[in-house]
Amino acid sequence: MPEKDKKQGTNISRRNFLKGVGTGTVAATVAPSVLIGSEKAAEAQAGDAIANATIELNINGKSYQVEVEARTTLLTVLRDGIDTGGNNIDLTGAKLICDRGECGGCTVMVDGKSVYACMMLAIDAQGKQITTVEGLADGDDLHPVQEAFIQHDALMCGFCTPGFIVSSAALLNENANPTMEEIKVGLSGNTCRCGTYPFIFDAVKTASRKV
Amino acid sequence: MASWGEASESRLIGKRVTRLSGKDKVTGKAKYTFDINEPGMLYGRILRSETAHATVIGIDLSEAEALPGVKAVIPLIEVGNKLRYQGQEIAAVAAETDDIAKDAIRRIHVDLEELPHVVTEDDAMVEGAPQIREDWAGNQSEPNVREDGDINAGFDEAAVEVEATYHTPVQTHVCLETHGHVAKWEDEQNLTVWASTQGVFGVRNDFAQHFELPANQVRVITEHMGGGFGSKFGPGIEGRTAVELARITGKAVKLMLTRKAEHLVAGNRPSMTQQVRAGATSDGRLIAYDMKGYGTGGISSGAGFTGPYVYHVPNSRAERVNVAVNAGNQRAMRAPGHPQGAFAMDSLMDELAEKLGMDPVEFRRINDPNEVRQAQYTLGAQEIGWHRRNTVPGAGTSVKKRGMGVGSGQWGGGGGRGTEARVTINADGTVEAVTGTQDIGTGIRTVIAMIVAEEFGLETTDVRVKVGDSQPGLPSGGSGGSQTTPSVAPVIKTAAAAAKQKLFERIAPLLDAPVGDLRVGTGTIYVVSDRTKTITWKQATGQLGMESISEGGTWEEDLRQNGAAGTQFAEVEIDTQTGAIRVIKIVAVQDCGLAINRLTTESQVNGGVIMGLGQAILEERFMDPVTGRMLNANLEDYKVPGTLEIPEIKSIVFDTHRKVTGVGEPPCIPTPGAIANAVYNAIGVRIRSLPITPDKILDALAEKA
Repeated sequence: MPEKDKKQGTNISRRNFLKGVGTGTVAATVAPSVLIGSEKAAEAQAGDAIANATIELNINGKSYQVEVEARTTLLTVLRDGIDTGGNNIDLTGAKLICDRGECGGCTVMVDGKSVYACMMLAIDAQGKQITTVEGLADGDDLHPVQEAFIQHDALMCGFCTPGFIVSSAALLNENANPTMEEIKVGLSGNTCRCGTYPFIFDAVKTASRKV
Repeated sequence: MASWGEASESRLIGKRVTRLSGKDKVTGKAKYTFDINEPGMLYGRILRSETAHATVIGIDLSEAEALPGVKAVIPLIEVGNKLRYQGQEIAAVAAETDDIAKDAIRRIHVDLEELPHVVTEDDAMVEGAPQIREDWAGNQSEPNVREDGDINAGFDEAAVEVEATYHTPVQTHVCLETHGHVAKWEDEQNLTVWASTQGVFGVRNDFAQHFELPANQVRVITEHMGGGFGSKFGPGIEGRTAVELARITGKAVKLMLTRKAEHLVAGNRPSMTQQVRAGATSDGRLIAYDMKGYGTGGISSGAGFTGPYVYHVPNSRAERVNVAVNAGNQRAMRAPGHPQGAFAMDSLMDELAEKLGMDPVEFRRINDPNEVRQAQYTLGAQEIGWHRRNTVPGAGTSVKKRGMGVGSGQWGGGGGRGTEARVTINADGTVEAVTGTQDIGTGIRTVIAMIVAEEFGLETTDVRVKVGDSQPGLPSGGSGGSQTTPSVAPVIKTAAAAAKQKLFERIAPLLDAPVGDLRVGTGTIYVVSDRTKTITWKQATGQLGMESISEGGTWEEDLRQNGAAGTQFAEVEIDTQTGAIRVIKIVAVQDCGLAINRLTTESQVNGGVIMGLGQAILEERFMDPVTGRMLNANLEDYKVPGTLEIPEIKSIVFDTHRKVTGVGEPPCIPTPGAIANAVYNAIGVRIRSLPITPDKILDALAEKA
């Protein structure tokens, strides 16, 4: 990529110029000059050379071929991914909320266990069974957790709901009859801001009797 | 006079009905703004200042522009202008993927000259603090003073006095769906925007004005919305930026705030510091109240809070000052001003009651003029088991100590004019209800369906409800101030009644009966004077042939009422060794008039209590005075309530009349005061600063010992 190299060269000299301005006035009472970007950008540019890869993911029982970068997360593929046939994958149930594995909004099941899709690289999801909230129902028959969430009004704005649904289903996979304390601990990786928790606990209790 | 009828006659209204949007929300089908994927859509991102106060010397966009996949880069501030808080917008990009947009942001180079900043209100009020607003002396607004009666005379009459300072920090909204838009120009004169907003029509009008378009050529859609809590009324700079990027590129552009930006620039609840002196007579009458308070709403917004609050005090003086700091501006947050003021007032009431040797509930009964709350005190005290409470706060030697407290709140929620709606009956029996309100998670869709279904003798699932779209041109106000249901419900009710009347007029000849004798049954229409004359709903609508009936409605005062009183009781447990606080139980007795849907009303009350609990024991925006940055602009360090903090919540929908009153905000008001008073009752040391965290509890216990 000669074109790019050339550009980098120009930029480095400009950055040095700006840095020079910063260093020159650093003795002033107030720190006078700040740079946003600069070096980090240069590092990121080095990463651009990494080639993309086409991988195969099994999502909700369906196989998808998708081209990804090394940094592409599973969540990005689910939500924004375009398969090699040019079709949007468009599984937008899982949400990006905190972007750091804190809130559970992006929870999906990987081989039956709940996983934060924002924290898993797409390439690491190869060869695994991925189940999203869209894949829980059996046609028109909702999963018992989904039925129970509706029945108990365990949702308000609903933005955290897909994450809670998948976490609850995964919890019941491991413990079919959890106590209230076990429900709270089992769902402690998920955050709701509307404050639906009490009805979520009721819903998981109800669902546990049906699973 | 329009009325909702008697409870005994209601088939649906006042019952527990599951949400119409439930299935879409549990299956992931519900599409939020964040989920819109338009063909060829670009991703927008904004470069924001990491510096609290600086002059922009230069912005170089060239490297970002040159990055493959980048379609537009625009500056959002002019060179020479000042950045006045962390998070302020500098430039924006649109790129083929979100990752490329991120890369492009890093390739924008900005040269700044830093200026001295001040990010806490106490630092801003110090003499010689950097002047950050030219129009305010010493970073403070002119005091707002309110006086009632004669405070000197009041204090002369007082048998006991309390002087104390109460503080609540800045709290952020933490909408799980960040503020954002997907903008798409259909052509040069027609704009469609999916917006995560509480006000579809307000956003439409803003875009129309800003981009000089006829309002009827701007379509704003909010099918589902991931939380607003008062912070999502206007499109903000990010909304206009999304539309501008879409205009430049000719592509749809999605631009959602990052989690960090959401904390920094998308609004917050202002802080409050109140110095109060108050007095009561020996027989328990609150007689004098003198308060000086201040708070910060950010760089250019005020910090309103209540005080005195709820209780009657004949002699009072309250002086409030707004303090400017280099931080993002406040926006309305669930019952603006009330939870802060209520925490201070209810703490003060308890301190006075103790000086009088009086039960805190008894002291409130004497001073609370609101009849609804008088009844709520009795019910709430019974429900929590108030008699079990520590008579001597902090008594006992056990490591874990329990205590109980009470708090109160008051809200309006009476709704208003300005909603247009249309209810349509089609010949095949299908029914539609359309209005320009939006369902921000409160369940207004279901409420609309219930009202129409009740009027027509149908099921809620028979009614197709269309909200959250400006395109039909049926305006409604923003969903704030707990106004949605009391504003929308009366209009839907009268529209449905008008449509029913039209249908009756069409089929009266067929049934050979006067129009006034027709009634709806369950899926039927019959003649009240001769019940053998009955036809099914579909037979009736079949008479319409190729026509439909479509009627608008009017807002009727008699169908709604202003004023929602609430009282909450809290029980807490404090570990005196670790300072850990656990809220055991909250009893929330909440007046809301006619609860059209009892199930979703209970959800609202639970939600208010939980947000109040967050304010009471968890939430605080931390600003670093040295760097001028927010230290906890994420969901890891900014703590919101999670499953492990949730107590047993007994939400009691205390419906005192059959008129609609909104209930979105009021349940979050009494919670912090009730919890703070319970903490005092448990450990015998008062914590006058929210959130009540283990470090404060341990400090307080150490001071007491």
